[in-house]
Amino acid sequence: MSEHQQSPQCQQLLGSLSDYIDGELQAELCAELEAHIQDCDNCRIVVNTMRKTIELYQQTNPPAELPGEIRERLFFKLHLEDYLKE
Amino acid sequence: MNEMLDSISLEALKAGDRETFARLVDETSGHIYRVAFQILGNAQDAEDVLQETYLKAFNSLADFEGRSSLSTWLYRIAINEALMLVRKRKPQTISVDEGQAEDDPDSEGMEIVNWCCLPEGELLSSEARQFLDQAVQNLPDSLRVVFIMRDLEGLSIQETSQALGLSESNVKVRLLRARLNLRQEVSAYFGGKMQEEARR
Repeated sequence: MSEHQQSPQCQQLLGSLSDYIDGELQAELCAELEAHIQDCDNCRIVVNTMRKTIELYQQTNPPAELPGEIRERLFFKLHLEDYLKE
Repeated sequence: MNEMLDSISLEALKAGDRETFARLVDETSGHIYRVAFQILGNAQDAEDVLQETYLKAFNSLADFEGRSSLSTWLYRIAINEALMLVRKRKPQTISVDEGQAEDDPDSEGMEIVNWCCLPEGELLSSEARQFLDQAVQNLPDSLRVVFIMRDLEGLSIQETSQALGLSESNVKVRLLRARLNLRQEVSAYFGGKMQEEARR
């Protein structure tokens, strides 16, 4: 484990990291950052581990399905019990 | 969940059609419950928020102006309800629209450990899942909510800003902070695991 020594390019990457990961960075800036990542092991690790962290969070969360008994109580609360079977 | 609502008639909803409202509930309640659970970290509280969200939505549908999508509007009601509950539990908690979110992200002391190569079994072990859940719960409310809406629910920056009543630039700053914060925690966790492994 080590700590990241920051160069101005590293600092720039850090500020644009979310946009970069989401593919929302302007093409020119994106190319600059990608060139930097090729040369900077630490920034490459930061990018990859951030992507992986988000991916793990998405993988560990259950699908957006309401458990049956919670749905039932919700429908009763809303006086929608006539539509429960549908 | 936006695309699932295409077949639901807003006119019928606004006219108080209960069958259409039941369809809206069925199409959206899984997402609303998941968001409430992620914000509150508690099943009973999440269910309370779920019920309150749809009660409020049903009573205010006539006033819905369509400035955001129906799903974003529902998210907004649910988030407000959930945050109210959080504030009741922790009165010192700052509101989602307060705080120093415009600062540059901290750049010092970042954990640099390449744990991506760990086997999936270790990355997704029950202990790791529990750690990640807790790390998300430990984020400040103002960051956690943004992270959940963007990285779990998949809302765009614009939709997230509408759901939270924040500017898009503020959403971006908070999202970056939340992601950096989580990455840091998770890296320290897996880094520790890799060190333990190396010592064996």
